[in-house]
Amino acid sequence: MTDLVSTIIAKYNYWIYITLMMIGLYAMIAKNNLIKKIVGMSMFQTAIILFYVSIGVKKGATIPILEYSHGHGHDTQLVVHAADYVNPLPHVLMLTAIVVGVATLGVALALSIRIYDRYNTLEEDEILTQIREEK
Amino acid sequence: MSQQYPALLVVVPLLSAMIISIAGWVNKRWCFPIAVAALGVAACSSVGLLLQVLDQGKVIYLMGGWPPPMGIAYYIDHLNGLVLPVVSIVALLNLIAAKKSIEQQFPDKIGPFYSLYVLMVAGLLGIVATGDAFNLYVLLEIAALTGYGLLAMGEERAPLATLNYLYMGTIGACFYLLGVGYLYIVTGSLNMVDIAGILPDLYQSKAVLAAFIICMVGVWLKMAFFPLHAWLPNAYTYASSAATGLIAPLVTKVMIYVMIRLMLTVFTPAFVFSFLNVSDAIVWLAVIAIVTGGVLALAERDLKKMLAYIIVAEVGYMVGGAWLGNRDGMTGAILHIVNDALMTLCVFLVVGNIVYKVKSYAFENLQGLFRKMPFTMGAFVIGAMSIIGVPPTCGFFSKWYLITGAIAAGHYAFMAALLFSSLVSVVLFFRVFEICFHEPFSDNHGHDHHSEAMDEAPLSMLVPLLIVAATLIVVGLYTGVIVNQIIQFAIPASLV
Repeated sequence: MTDLVSTIIAKYNYWIYITLMMIGLYAMIAKNNLIKKIVGMSMFQTAIILFYVSIGVKKGATIPILEYSHGHGHDTQLVVHAADYVNPLPHVLMLTAIVVGVATLGVALALSIRIYDRYNTLEEDEILTQIREEK
Repeated sequence: MSQQYPALLVVVPLLSAMIISIAGWVNKRWCFPIAVAALGVAACSSVGLLLQVLDQGKVIYLMGGWPPPMGIAYYIDHLNGLVLPVVSIVALLNLIAAKKSIEQQFPDKIGPFYSLYVLMVAGLLGIVATGDAFNLYVLLEIAALTGYGLLAMGEERAPLATLNYLYMGTIGACFYLLGVGYLYIVTGSLNMVDIAGILPDLYQSKAVLAAFIICMVGVWLKMAFFPLHAWLPNAYTYASSAATGLIAPLVTKVMIYVMIRLMLTVFTPAFVFSFLNVSDAIVWLAVIAIVTGGVLALAERDLKKMLAYIIVAEVGYMVGGAWLGNRDGMTGAILHIVNDALMTLCVFLVVGNIVYKVKSYAFENLQGLFRKMPFTMGAFVIGAMSIIGVPPTCGFFSKWYLITGAIAAGHYAFMAALLFSSLVSVVLFFRVFEICFHEPFSDNHGHDHHSEAMDEAPLSMLVPLLIVAATLIVVGLYTGVIVNQIIQFAIPASLV
């Protein structure tokens, strides 16, 4: 039992992202309202962003900005230990993923506006009933 | 100049997309020439690259001169050297053919449409050319987001169908991104070749296994592989013919390229076929995909949706062939990427011509088309023969390799599914031919001259269609050259 608890606590970032992702996936599958589905999709994407950000983190490390760089009048050669700084690469990647997420959200909302204009509702079952009645 | 081909391939369409959207505000007539020029440059660069690859083997291009694994490198080998010209030429031909139907369907949205179209081609070409796993994700989303925009400009039901595609496509891309994240955790690299070099020591790792499975599920979602295919038929049916002509031949095929690239280059056949014991199950899924796609196509009463279900079956061909785990199956799968892109383009251009003239693609409105549009229907017959797999059209040869691979792997169910699919295609297409030969019922028996007249689509739509139809036969006749000169080198020697 304590083993299980300690594994969960040691890898808590993974548990959080998986939980968030599954909540998002559940909303996309089970919800009837198109906007709620879009919110679920956004959560799903955000969970993956959190996952990437968390894998760059190191214990006791600081933000990856060099305080004393060249030309600041220090005589001694500056030594940079990678272990002192969090890994910036996943964070940089996620800048792109955030942009992609925003763009996807924008397209999805634009489509839902078109759907609302046409059917006057955003509930999926009502839209499907209307489509069936038109046939 | 010729060293810059891999950059031109992506950068020229990317920048042209911006220029087109600006030009669209000034004068709509500028959009089409700019788009054709941009895709023309891309097509020339891709053909040039293929020639370079044939001449000297692998071409490596460092974006901005940054060496991997820090920078993004574009690797062009025999596999994507073959797929790049197919993508760029299919996109160019469809663009020329679609000009009239775009002007007919969205006279006020010409600028945005061409801009999205060219941007999507940039994304697709980038996916095929890139050697960086994360760069592939970004380009995947560029192609997907522009694709949603293109598909949603269609009939009344298009936005809802596209929104469903968007949900599934986003989950697919996110799964791929997650898989890349797991790979990054274990290898610390995003460069495909670099990852492939580090992985062999880590095959036992559960994270590598998870990365592979998650990536595969993501890619299957994007290519509409059987249980994950539900988004495809509606999204493709309700879109405009200009958009389906681009998206139907290319998106699924490019995703199959990504799958094969992951299997052959990133994870290597040693891991995929020898270490994992899943290929049999996946070929069985492909069998179900082929059979279900065929049966669902039989149930449809309109041409476009029938063709959409045929795409689902064709995806089953290629996934099954790639997972047979032998050289013939893989050859068949790669050859079928080329052939299926061309024959899907052929039949969807035919649908575009029919929609342009008849304004409908429902079976009951297709009567008398052989007399009305003889050239279009002639091309349709060639496209249909290729999908059925009649020699000398190219569809026969890839099916031949797939069947040979199935026999060599001892997977007779896959062979049976391929033959079943051919039979179903015969039924499907001959039913359409019969309807099109049938003359419509006319009230005025006295003067039929009005309906007698030939009413063919304009030349700008007809010529690209006839070029594609001819290409189907030419590619079929030169299959031996393609396989021996190109595909043979695309498959690593470890796969026998």
